Amino acid sequence: MASPLSDDEVRRIAALARLDLTDAEVRRFASQLTAIVGYASTIQDADTTAIPPASPAAAAMRDDVVAPGLDRQEGLAAAPDPAREAGLFRVPKVL
Amino acid sequence: METRHLPAADIAAAIRRGAVTCEQVTRDTLDRIEAENGRWNAFLTIAGDRALARARDLDRHPPADAPLLGVPIAVKDNICTRGLRTTAGSRILDSWIAPYDATVVTRLESAGAIIVGKTNCDEFAMGSSTEHSAFGPTRNPWDPTRTPGGSSGGSAAAVAAGLVPVALGSDTGGSVRQPAALCGIAGGKPTYGRVSRYGLIAFASSLDQVGPIARSVRDLALVQDVIDGADPRDSTCDPRDRVACSMHLAMPARGLTLGVPEHLLADGVDDDVRHAFEAAVDTYRALGATIVSVALPHSRFAIPVYYLVATAEASSNLARYDGVRYGLRTAGAGLAGMYASTRSTGFGDEVKRRIMLGTYALSAGYYDAFYAKAQQVRELIRADFAVALSSADALLLPTSPTPAFPLGARMDDPLQMYLADVFTVGPSLAGLPAVSVPCGLTAGRLPVGLQITGRAWNDATVYRVAAALERERPPLARN
Repeated sequence: MASPLSDDEVRRIAALARLDLTDAEVRRFASQLTAIVGYASTIQDADTTAIPPASPAAAAMRDDVVAPGLDRQEGLAAAPDPAREAGLFRVPKVL
Repeated sequence: METRHLPAADIAAAIRRGAVTCEQVTRDTLDRIEAENGRWNAFLTIAGDRALARARDLDRHPPADAPLLGVPIAVKDNICTRGLRTTAGSRILDSWIAPYDATVVTRLESAGAIIVGKTNCDEFAMGSSTEHSAFGPTRNPWDPTRTPGGSSGGSAAAVAAGLVPVALGSDTGGSVRQPAALCGIAGGKPTYGRVSRYGLIAFASSLDQVGPIARSVRDLALVQDVIDGADPRDSTCDPRDRVACSMHLAMPARGLTLGVPEHLLADGVDDDVRHAFEAAVDTYRALGATIVSVALPHSRFAIPVYYLVATAEASSNLARYDGVRYGLRTAGAGLAGMYASTRSTGFGDEVKRRIMLGTYALSAGYYDAFYAKAQQVRELIRADFAVALSSADALLLPTSPTPAFPLGARMDDPLQMYLADVFTVGPSLAGLPAVSVPCGLTAGRLPVGLQITGRAWNDATVYRVAAALERERPPLARN
């Protein structure tokens, strides 16, 4: 079985997943994820020596043909903070 | 003309011969949804104006080749419908209007179907009870204190309650089959790659398929054959020729070999479910099918593998909800703070849990032990099914180990909720076609479903096996 997930580990995973958790959420998820990861760890018992590491599935390719896509204003219609005149999505200042 | 209890095929025929109009059928359907949806919370959005405009248009210009002419259909709310609110059961898409139609929606409308509304589901299809919807749970029409199953619980309840004859769901690890079973109706998951995923809001891309829900196997096949087909907009949608699912419905079960993995029924299966299942097996035997015992030796790994693979894919797919292009945005410190604030406000607990589990399985130090190992064990599971299906035309199992469970019963124990999928995730991991059909009732009058799994691309045999049982056991009556 995997070792329990510590509160700090849950915070680290949440940060990677871009989630903010309250302390109460951290404690709850730590206990639930410990149970789930423990159960998931049972796959270590499967003998996979004969199975090569998975390679990405090959997708069918098609010809790259120019076709009309989503109109720019339609694309902006659902944006929380669109710059319609410029035709851009706006985000909080980064620099 | 009263069309409420007619099969979809008969509604289309009645419209075609002028016994009733598309507009009348649509009005009647919208009226009963308005009147009755409050009891079930099956629909999140009712598409009144869009549906009526479309019905009038079809009455004026009925297309020649339209097998679903005027048939009202409910569509799960993780399938994009142009101009209609599409939430995926999530606060983060609370008021999102899809700017385009999913390919399955285009195909339905080309066949004359009328979308009357969008149905409730677990958030981003992550759940087995529809309780993880941000918009409240759906209730089971057989017993409103119980869940309809999930994640396509709204579509299943809408069909079971007689609000619509047919619906679309999506199935990643059982999300069409399990709610169909728990609501006493039929539901199908096609072979992976058979139906386009374009416009299906992505959960786990190597597993997701859209599938039909209906009161009869004939209607199920009718809808499946409409949504079936290649699509250049989905590179995983296979261009090969298909045998229609309605092709062999009338063929008998005689001559078929059906495999039963008896070792999976030993524990964890409700007694009444086991009895209903055994009665179905006996029916096939009496019909002249050969019943053989098969083994799926790696079955005990199916749930852990599924929850590692699906959550890893989900953690990647759901990265797109960042408060920039669509959906909710809430303020935070700078750009990264805005991302985290938006996602933490917009996602519910189950989605957060699965994103974190998937992120964990993909993260440095854990990737090999979890994600890479799960991919290898998935190959073992796939090989098990290939061996079992080399000696049988189809496999039989209960769809769900239990009948519908009470609302709230599993909400505090995510692992217990995951075990609801014990029989459905295997065919999903192997990419195989599977259908759930009603096979009886428990002593407490709750429906039991039989899951029939077939060889890849041999969906037509699965439908043939399902139809053979249905002929012996007419659709269940709720009262």
